[in-house]
Amino acid sequence: MIALYPLAALGRAVLALLAAIGRFAIFTGQTVSHLVRPPFYPREFGQAMMQIGYFSLPVVGLTALFTGGALALQIYAGGARFSAEAVVPQIVAIGMVRELGPVLVGLMIAARVTSSIAAEIATMKVTEQIDALVTLSTHPMKYLTLPRVLAATLVMPLLVGVGDIIGIYGGFLVGTERLGFNAATYLKNTADFLELRDIVSSLAKGAVFGFIAALMGCYYGMNSTRGAMGVGRATKGSVVAAAVLILAANFILTEAFFAL
Amino acid sequence: MIRLTDIHKAFGSNHVLRGVNLHVPRGTSMVIIGGSGTGKSIALKCILGLVTHDSGTIEVDGQDVRKGDRDAFLARFGMLFQGGALFDSLPVWQNVAFRLMRGSLKRPRAEAREIAIEKLRRVGLKPDVADKLPAELSGGMQKRVGLARAIAAEPEIIFFDEPTTGLDPIMAGVINELIREIVTEMGATAMTITHDMTSVRAIADNVAMLHDGVIKWTGPVAQMDNSGDPYLDQFIHGRATGPIEAVR
Ligand SMILES: Nc1ncnc2c1ncn2[C@@H]1O[C@H](COP(=O)(O)OP(=O)(O)O)[C@@H](O)[C@H]1O
Ligand SMILES: [Mg+2]
Repeated sequence: MIALYPLAALGRAVLALLAAIGRFAIFTGQTVSHLVRPPFYPREFGQAMMQIGYFSLPVVGLTALFTGGALALQIYAGGARFSAEAVVPQIVAIGMVRELGPVLVGLMIAARVTSSIAAEIATMKVTEQIDALVTLSTHPMKYLTLPRVLAATLVMPLLVGVGDIIGIYGGFLVGTERLGFNAATYLKNTADFLELRDIVSSLAKGAVFGFIAALMGCYYGMNSTRGAMGVGRATKGSVVAAAVLILAANFILTEAFFAL
Repeated sequence: MIRLTDIHKAFGSNHVLRGVNLHVPRGTSMVIIGGSGTGKSIALKCILGLVTHDSGTIEVDGQDVRKGDRDAFLARFGMLFQGGALFDSLPVWQNVAFRLMRGSLKRPRAEAREIAIEKLRRVGLKPDVADKLPAELSGGMQKRVGLARAIAAEPEIIFFDEPTTGLDPIMAGVINELIREIVTEMGATAMTITHDMTSVRAIADNVAMLHDGVIKWTGPVAQMDNSGDPYLDQFIHGRATGPIEAVR
């Protein structure tokens, strides 16, 4: 009997995991289904676009700028001095656009947007505001979840695009100011080396990460338990889940785009 | 019009409702009393479908609340939540007019605002609170905004969860009168939860006392004082000793 305890524990964990995946899949399905079922709430959508997109620009810009700069220094220091003037811009461009841009912007959005969505919705849940919405004939998924998830999915490619450009610019600044590269050559090397596929994959990753980030915030917020502790737990859970899922999705998308 | 038959509801091992039976005729005012934590709020939430009961049936006009068109069902109800449950991202008037600004009852913004201000006046709030955010108001004021929101669309059935808790005695009197008025003038059916015996006498046609997960006593408010029920007597007179254990 005792020998079976670890197995039983494993079984319970697997069952709990499967149940969580099921609940999450249902939540995702419901969210997406509201896309085609009126009423819609354009005002809430507009506010979500501002909150998630516009107000995230500073943090996205700073993250990308420093990362692009550091990347350029690192490649130069890492033994590429021989043909540094060609290699640095190329690797900065590839690195930023393919991986670092989408991933870092995704993680910043998980920190900034997922947490705030989860805390807001969880607070609404524990103060009965979600119940109040229902009694006022307003579907919480339509009013709260869909606008945020849709806005994040649509606006994240733009944020990632901005992040890519600023990241390359960070590398450019370091290259031209610190390492003494020629500005025109740097830009030419960047432009020649990037392919359309790099850019498409970057923006597509952005859309997927935005979807994940907002959905996690809503899911954990809506499923919050009671009290301030519930809100704290929902917020923490949402950010961890969003970050892990973004990194996992990044791996899968990289595999899909570049392994062929 | 509202009929609960053998309603059970448990949260894990906490069996809150253990067979609640209750009937609220159309156009009457039912007041539910009972100690805190006995499941009064949960009972109202079960009727609205905000909480799903484990067993038993709830009918409104003979129709099972779990079946049928949910939107049409909810459109008949107004609810004041125990904590107010105001939307803290919206100014007070948009809270009150929430239902009038979207969905089937949608009307022009200016008109919705006017109605909101009129409803605020009815709960004793001046027009200058209309543009404040809920967080800028005191608890008692928030409660009254919640009340204004519950009655804004003039629903047929209204639930008030502790409408006078946290109000001064004069304002409590105003709110009691308002609830009575809504029932007698608008012909609404009301269910009110309260601990305040003055409110009970002012609002109720019928009273039901919830204890240990069941309705211990129910009857017309006039019979409340000589019911002969020890639980009810203890509650009405606020005695520390009696069949209801006051754990200290
Ligand atoms: N969402 C919930 N999860 C777990 N327990 C709950 C929940 N809501 C209420 N309860 C429990 O149900 C009981 C009755 O709650 P409630 O109906 O709010 O009491 P009251 O009669 O004071 O309104 C309480 O013991 C409370 O802890
Ligand atoms: Mg209560």
